[in-house]
Amino acid sequence: MSSFAEAFLNWEVILQYLPAIGRGVIVTIQIAILVVISGIALGLLLAVVRSYRITLVNWMIVALVDTLRSLPPLVLILLIYFGLPNIGINMGGFVVVWLVLTLVLAAFAEEIFWAGLLSVDKGQWQAARSTGLGYTQALLYVVMPQAVRMTIPPLTNRTIAITKNTALGTVIGVAEIMNEATTAVSFSGNASPLFVGAVAYVLLFLPVVYLGRWIETRFAWKKN
Amino acid sequence: MEALIQQFFNLDVMLQAWPIVWRGLLMTLLLCLAVIPLGLIGGLVVALANLSRYRAVRWATIVFVDFFRAIPPLVLLIFVKEGLPFAGIRFSPFLAVCVAFLLNNSAYYGEVYRAGIESIGAGQTEAARSTGLSSFQATVYVVLPQAVRNVLPDLLSNTIEVVKLTSLASVVAFHELLYSADMARSVTYNASPIVMAAAIYLILLLPVVRLLGRLEHRMST
Repeated sequence: MSSFAEAFLNWEVILQYLPAIGRGVIVTIQIAILVVISGIALGLLLAVVRSYRITLVNWMIVALVDTLRSLPPLVLILLIYFGLPNIGINMGGFVVVWLVLTLVLAAFAEEIFWAGLLSVDKGQWQAARSTGLGYTQALLYVVMPQAVRMTIPPLTNRTIAITKNTALGTVIGVAEIMNEATTAVSFSGNASPLFVGAVAYVLLFLPVVYLGRWIETRFAWKKN
Repeated sequence: MEALIQQFFNLDVMLQAWPIVWRGLLMTLLLCLAVIPLGLIGGLVVALANLSRYRAVRWATIVFVDFFRAIPPLVLLIFVKEGLPFAGIRFSPFLAVCVAFLLNNSAYYGEVYRAGIESIGAGQTEAARSTGLSSFQATVYVVLPQAVRNVLPDLLSNTIEVVKLTSLASVVAFHELLYSADMARSVTYNASPIVMAAAIYLILLLPVVRLLGRLEHRMST
């Protein structure tokens, strides 16, 4: 037990590297917030475009979404980070992680929003249109608000799962929590920074997991 | 355009990389054969523990599930592979991945089973109990088969995520598909091997993703 404490709870080492891990926490939060905003916005946009049912456009959206759902995010990150510079496109690791996770979240969000749109009763469309609303108005003011409400529980869970992938940034040297922690471990020869890093992740995401649980019960709607 | 093809779709490089990428693919499949059953069984244990009559056991499962849902799988994996040796616990890359994914995936599969069990009315258990089945028998023979059928799309969806998750094993130097492709990339200075790995993931998972879409659609109507 004392060897365990020596390896993972060495206060000297922890105090020394706490500022670095703290900076990592800020980077992780920055990427996470940016991904959530841009990913959900792009997913919503794709679902709205899809609802106009233009065959060729829809075919492209479905192909894009299914591809992004089939590929591990790490494959996309390595592909973009190491591949694009050779054709003259240079992006920092931060941007690459943000871009890839945004695309992946958008794909899952589009699918969830689309399922929500389909689940709204046809009568809602007809009633809205019969009051003189145009297609876009009916979509935005009548159908979308109902659809979005139904999509909140699955969307929250998916968003949490994808946001946790910010840790993948460590592989391409983004100075987020994990990167700072592993660097500190190799400098100090002690595993305490890794332990602190793991604790930081849990402290960061546990409230989000609880929020997700709360939303799930709050918005739960019964399937017949 | 020329440079794009040269850099991403270079057939020469792909042919050259194929033997090592193929071995990587086999290791990925092997890893899937280990971690998917482990996760399915671990998740079932978690879901059953969640039904325990002892409050302490139920609380322990909730803490377990929430903890492993909050910690990113990569963090867990690096902790198991790089952290635990400091305490004298050493795993091979393969075993480290199995241990980390068992913990992570049990939490996720457990949540899926739990949702399924909650979708079955209490009347089913009561009816089964009244025929003389014990509460364990009622759960295993009456509730679980219906619960699993109700959440089949979610189980499948989670399994897709598990297969994608195996790519993280590359970070702890397990020679699976992505690791092999990335090795080939760093040797050839060309991204085509990773494009090839991506294509393999697509061939493996795209049909399942399509099937899942259809399954979800059928279940909801």
